[in-house]
This record gives sequence, C-alpha cells and structure tokens, in this order.
Amino acid sequence: MAVAVITSEPLRVEDLLGEAPAPSDGARVVFVGVVRDHAEGRPVRGMRYEGYEPMAAEVLRAIVEEAEERHDVGAVSALHRLGELEIGEASVAILVSGPHRDDAYRASRYVIEEIKRRLPVWKHEHFADGSARWVPGTPLGSQAGAPLAAGDATLSADGPPATREAPGPATREVPGGG
Amino acid sequence: MELDVLFFASYRELVGIPKVRMTLAPGATVSDLVDQVRARGETFGRLPDRPAVAVNRTVVPHTHTLASGDEVAFLPPVAGG
Repeated sequence: MAVAVITSEPLRVEDLLGEAPAPSDGARVVFVGVVRDHAEGRPVRGMRYEGYEPMAAEVLRAIVEEAEERHDVGAVSALHRLGELEIGEASVAILVSGPHRDDAYRASRYVIEEIKRRLPVWKHEHFADGSARWVPGTPLGSQAGAPLAAGDATLSADGPPATREAPGPATREVPGGG
Repeated sequence: MELDVLFFASYRELVGIPKVRMTLAPGATVSDLVDQVRARGETFGRLPDRPAVAVNRTVVPHTHTLASGDEVAFLPPVAGG
C-alpha cells in the first residue's frame, strides 16, 4: 500500500523496513537523501526545508501511486522531512518493495526524480560563513501535474520498452536474488 | 470576489508577508491576479511576471479562471529531495 508522508519529525528510516515484505517480494530498495556539508565548493552547516504542506502531501501521494502503477512493484513508501536539518540528517526516504530489483530500482528512481521536479518544497542553505541562500530549483510548469514523458533524460534508466524487454545478463533475475 | 494568495520561500521573502487577500473582478484569470498582485507596488513588484501558480493545490496555466474562495499559491522553482 502506498505511503506518502510530509513531516517535521526526524525520519525513522528503520521504520520503513519494519513491515514484513510480501511473500511475492524479491527485492526491497531503500533510498535515503541526507544533508551534506558542502555545496558548489562551499562548506555548508545545515539546511532548512520549507514546504507548502497540504499540496506537498497530495503531490507526494500522487508520485508514489504513479510509481506503483508504472512499474512492476508492490508497495512504495516515501517520507519527506521539513524544518531545520543538520548535516547527515535524512531529508527524504523511499522504500520500494517488489518481485524484482530492476523494477524496484526504477520505481525508486522515479520517486526521487519526481520529488525534485514537482514537490512544492524549498531548501534554505546555511553556509559555514554565516551566509545563506535559497537553493536554485526547478520551475513548476503547467504540466507539473503530469508524469514525466517516456524517454525524458532524467529517467533514461527506464529506457524504451524494447530495451526494457530485451533479455540480457544485466537484467536477468537470478532465482532467489533480490 | 475575494481570495487568499500564499507566498512561499523566496517569494515570501521578496514580498515580506506569507499571505495577502485580494479582491478580483468576476471571471478574473490567474494572469489577471498576477498582474494585480504585482501592481500593489513596492515589494510585490519584485515578483516575476510569470510565476508558477497553484489553485487549490494544483498547478494551473495562467489562463485558468479563478473562483471566489480559491486557495492560490505563488510557487518559486522547487528544490525538494
């Protein structure tokens, strides 16, 4: 079942994995985005995340549901943090469970890229020298509610359908492998 | 008709307040609203002339017709994740 949460509380990544996988799951992909200590060569001491909360909650849910619909996966969960974060704190956490790792990785990638493209959230970056700035972002277009078109550069890992279906060592599942 | 306009992040800092109540003519579009907000002068004139605008939490084209009580938000380029 899709989970989408916008919260000002610290993200508990371990809670994501607390629920037992479905019997049909062969892979669980976890992605965690954390605040790093530098940006464009300058030392960073922290980040404040601001969001348009009601809209962010709706958009995150839409993204998670799209990931479930567009990929052969089971459950997708995504958590996004708001507020003041220190270096090393998690700002976003994504869990995708599904039968096979290829689809799970693709669905995870879809969620993070769409978050960056569509979620109404902004980052105020605090530099070590005391200055601060709003991190340059992606303009929301009138198509912002629509999923990425197939073949969009940011999702090239999805590939055209012909590539996705082509058998090959890189995409073949090993029995029992995640 | 009346509606509230919300400003976030850098736009909130530009205008200096998080929310303003606007009175519009019936049938006004988002484009009309943007013009009217920017025409308030001073800090409001610093807003871009074509900001992304959400109406009731969905991004809409500037040709979108507004209704009384709509929740309108001016959204700077997003940077989540």
